[in-house]
Amino acid sequence: MRHTLTVLVENTPGVLARVAGLFSRRGFNIDSLAVGRTDNPAVSRMTIVVEGDDQVLEQVNKQLHKLIDVIKINDITKDAYVDRELVMIKVYAEAATRSEIMQLVDIFRGRIVDVGRKTLTIEVTGDEGKIDAFENCLRPFGIKELVRTGKIAMLRGLKPGTKNNGYKEEDMV
Amino acid sequence: MKDKKLSGAEILIKSLEAEGVEVIFGYPGGQALPIYDALYDSGIKHILTRHEQGAAHAADGYARATGRTGVCLATSGPGATNLVTGIANAYMDSVPLVAITGQVPQSLLGKDSFQEADIMGITMPITKHSFLVEDPAEISQVVKEAFYIAASGRPGPVLIDLPKDVSTVKAEYSKPDKICLPGYEPVLDGDRRQVKKAAEAIAQSERPLIYAGGGVVTSGAHEELLQLAELIVAPVATTLMGIGGFPGNHPLSLGMLGMHGTKYANFAVCECDLLIAVGARFDDRVTGKLETFAPGAKIVHIDIDPAEIGKNIQVDIPIVGDVKRVIKQLTEILSPDLREAWRDKITAWKKEYPLSYCKKGGLKPQYIISEIYRQTKGRARVTTEVGQHQMWAAQYYTFTRPRSFISSGGLGTMGYGLPAAVGVQVGCPEDVVFDIAGDGSIQMNIQELVTAVNYNLPINIAIINNGYLGMVRQWQELFYNRRYSQSELINPDFVKLAEAYGAEGIRVTTRDGVAPAIERAIRSGKPVMIDFVVDREDNVFPMVPPGGSLNKMLG
Repeated sequence: MRHTLTVLVENTPGVLARVAGLFSRRGFNIDSLAVGRTDNPAVSRMTIVVEGDDQVLEQVNKQLHKLIDVIKINDITKDAYVDRELVMIKVYAEAATRSEIMQLVDIFRGRIVDVGRKTLTIEVTGDEGKIDAFENCLRPFGIKELVRTGKIAMLRGLKPGTKNNGYKEEDMV
Repeated sequence: MKDKKLSGAEILIKSLEAEGVEVIFGYPGGQALPIYDALYDSGIKHILTRHEQGAAHAADGYARATGRTGVCLATSGPGATNLVTGIANAYMDSVPLVAITGQVPQSLLGKDSFQEADIMGITMPITKHSFLVEDPAEISQVVKEAFYIAASGRPGPVLIDLPKDVSTVKAEYSKPDKICLPGYEPVLDGDRRQVKKAAEAIAQSERPLIYAGGGVVTSGAHEELLQLAELIVAPVATTLMGIGGFPGNHPLSLGMLGMHGTKYANFAVCECDLLIAVGARFDDRVTGKLETFAPGAKIVHIDIDPAEIGKNIQVDIPIVGDVKRVIKQLTEILSPDLREAWRDKITAWKKEYPLSYCKKGGLKPQYIISEIYRQTKGRARVTTEVGQHQMWAAQYYTFTRPRSFISSGGLGTMGYGLPAAVGVQVGCPEDVVFDIAGDGSIQMNIQELVTAVNYNLPINIAIINNGYLGMVRQWQELFYNRRYSQSELINPDFVKLAEAYGAEGIRVTTRDGVAPAIERAIRSGKPVMIDFVVDREDNVFPMVPPGGSLNKMLG
């Protein structure tokens, strides 16, 4: 089963190497890993999608916790969460197919971010299923390049008992 | 005000002094020169080993014997990479160690500069944590955190990499007041509900067995363990790392379990109905085939490292916490039990299947170790290398005190024993120290003999010399059709070698020569190497073949 972990880490040099090294060393499979800093520049947040049964996930969790730079791990797979991924696709677009592609972009609420003589570069965000579907739609036209950010995710609302700088959920609406 | 500023190296030494460091094991070199210059005026003693690996093992041996954090120091590049085996060794056996390395100046980092190695990257999988210091003002905080991380929770090695510009540039020294590690907070007390569950399981058990690992020694829980075992009448089998955590001469002691464990310990594992694992990690050398390990038993697992729970085996009642505290919590709520049937069974097994060896033929390794035990009255600090001699030392020297058996368990590092003995003798100057060695292993760090001579450390080295890599030969005999591929050794003259290093050398070839040689060594007051020329093809038994079940032992 695939699990989505959100991991808060100290923003120190080498922290990504520590996490990535741990996964490869212990034979855990990463599907995707996205990382960037949070509102606190000293803290980064990783969204890691990892494949494994419950026992493997328990080990992933515990081994990650052993890293001194890891502050907090949340396996949000079973909770309600919002996730997004961004993809950029450079697709062959001849005069004959250009309008059809643009229609698809509309349907998927994407944006064309670059127009070349023979190509269009399109940006789409969404959950993984939508990105996959969009990729499949474009495949017949010929995909020249594709890059995905990997999934980022966040829990919906506030978990009961979670502190968030002293604000209650009502205050934030 | 200018005078108040110190160089990074001076801040480092000051910070080490603030941590109470009394001795550093190390080896100088280019990028460590500023550190060595600052050390020149310091009260910290420095032991110059003859190889950086020796420094790491000596610091490790010092830490295991004294319980204090060991410190080793090396220069960048090859100095740092020579520490790697020693760091890995400390990591596998959870030994508190702080390794400090010089590094090329930051302006040269990443440029394949002379003697540059990415030691932080290299050691990432074998350190508990590591620091690359970028600013001399950080040093005091880094040192404080490094010592805290190394010694707390499940101990382990921590690396501090110090670029030369950082150790040269001046900054203000400020004493760090507190540690800020939001991601690190070891759990010490066991969860009360889990402790209660364990106590209930113990009360219901007819045949409980305690499986004690290195965590008992590390957390200083030997007294609590003895109390628990006697209270509930549970026999205690220890791992290699747990040796000394329970008195080996106690009626409830089963000695070591696992691959070269006693028959009665392994029988007890197979027949117990409750296995209480204390500070142990279900290593493959202990469990053999996992499916048949403690087949009829409920398992309680007490460990400070949550990641050890459920790693190799599913347990029924996990308790995360410091072993000493959790055992205390347990004994407080348990009531005594006699368990006569179980105790009688254990006693009968011990009588029927004692450790034994064939006394015919030439000089016997087991006899030599028994004689060392007899003459030191079981009170020596014994280090070992890795191989047959190590297992015989574990079997035939009866250890009764924690921190007295000092051996490379997890990594199995040949060449550990001699430098470790140096560290042990530095930490425990009053104690008799023996390195029980093999003729193969001793040559892996033989250069440290001159370190012992240099610092007048009267360590004793007993080489069990069979002219083979004995354990390799044993496996080749048993599992590779006696094809002795590359396991026979042509050895130097160990007596002459000892003398060349300035130590005393003794050769023993007969049984009658054993006792006087050991006596002479202990009395000599200087480093002595005894070359015991033993039967060539003796095997370590009992033996559970790799991946086999514990009740199916050879020998």
